[in-house]
Amino acid sequence: MTKAISVATKTRQIVKKHGGDKSAMIAVLQDIQEAFNYLPKEALKTASKAMKVPFSRVYEAATFYTAFSLKQRGKNIVKICVGTACHVRGAAALQDKFERTLGIKPGETTKDKNFTLETVNCVGACALGPVVVINTDYHGQVTMKKIDKIIDKINEGGA
Amino acid sequence: MVNLTVDGKNISVSEGTMLLEAIRGAGIAIPTLCAHEAVSRSGACRLCVVEIKKGNRTRIVTSCLYGAEEGLIVDTKSDRVLNVRRLVMELLLARCPESEVLQKLAKELCVESQARFAADTDKGKCILCRSCVRVCEEIVGVSAIGLFARGSQKTVGTPYNEKSDVCIGCGACVYVCPTGHIEMTSTGDKRKIWGRTFKMQTCTKCGKFFAPVDQLKFISKKTGVPLNELTVCTECR
Repeated sequence: MTKAISVATKTRQIVKKHGGDKSAMIAVLQDIQEAFNYLPKEALKTASKAMKVPFSRVYEAATFYTAFSLKQRGKNIVKICVGTACHVRGAAALQDKFERTLGIKPGETTKDKNFTLETVNCVGACALGPVVVINTDYHGQVTMKKIDKIIDKINEGGA
Repeated sequence: MVNLTVDGKNISVSEGTMLLEAIRGAGIAIPTLCAHEAVSRSGACRLCVVEIKKGNRTRIVTSCLYGAEEGLIVDTKSDRVLNVRRLVMELLLARCPESEVLQKLAKELCVESQARFAADTDKGKCILCRSCVRVCEEIVGVSAIGLFARGSQKTVGTPYNEKSDVCIGCGACVYVCPTGHIEMTSTGDKRKIWGRTFKMQTCTKCGKFFAPVDQLKFISKKTGVPLNELTVCTECR
């Protein structure tokens, strides 16, 4: 996101891309989240006006889906799968490890705004369990040792 | 006309009539919370359940949403119906133990609060029937409120719990709420609802405060009637 473009302008562009149609609301919200990493209040208000959908309806959709975040999130989003298969294969221990290493609980963001920890219920890759998704990368058969490596790699990689 | 049987009584109703109206028309009482003439039906409270028989099968349906059909056999007092209704009532009571409306209804249905359903303390009197949201959207036309989040976290309110700039303070949501969850206080020239305080208008004839200024402005804008003609209360008009 370039700073020159305001939240409102960017949101209007996104709505326009989807034809300004209210049936594309979820897609619009997804694109807004991709652009800003979360759903800013200003973006929701602008989108509601541009799509001619009441603000309360937009906010209903934004709060309904756990995939949407209304809070500002970190640069890297760590999603630990705690679905049945991953749970059986030790997701709880991995979650514990992430919580201790990053010093945050699920739903929280580190002070340096580098990491946000989230738990998800299934990412559809049960054969690879336990699965950890970091941004768009899927890490399968994650172990305690692997976690340190993954975090170190992200920290080195220009964070 | 459609002919059907309700509790052994043959009745005929016009096509498109919902079972709830058909049954009540036959003089049989059905408890409901969310069915209100002002808003569209949603079947949210699920107290209006009845058992219907088509051919050899019977099933439980919400009578407020089920249209009358030719030859349908309806049972409003079968054990199955009463069981389902009792369970629904127990759950409603566990969610809103402080609601007088629910307490009264539970007494009428001989339902007591159950130890197995731990009583909620943080839900207020809201049963999430969405009637207030509907009336705000369908009748008032401002959509100031909604039901946010989901599951056990779901609550009714304004977006971000902030003062709504589209709310006109009409109080339609308070009127339609079956359990009295929504708080509105009117004191003299002020009315407080959804965290916002509205200035009330005095009637130019009798001098009583009768409606929020914002509501009159909204009506004026919608209907094209000049604002000064709306400043007379309904009693003096």
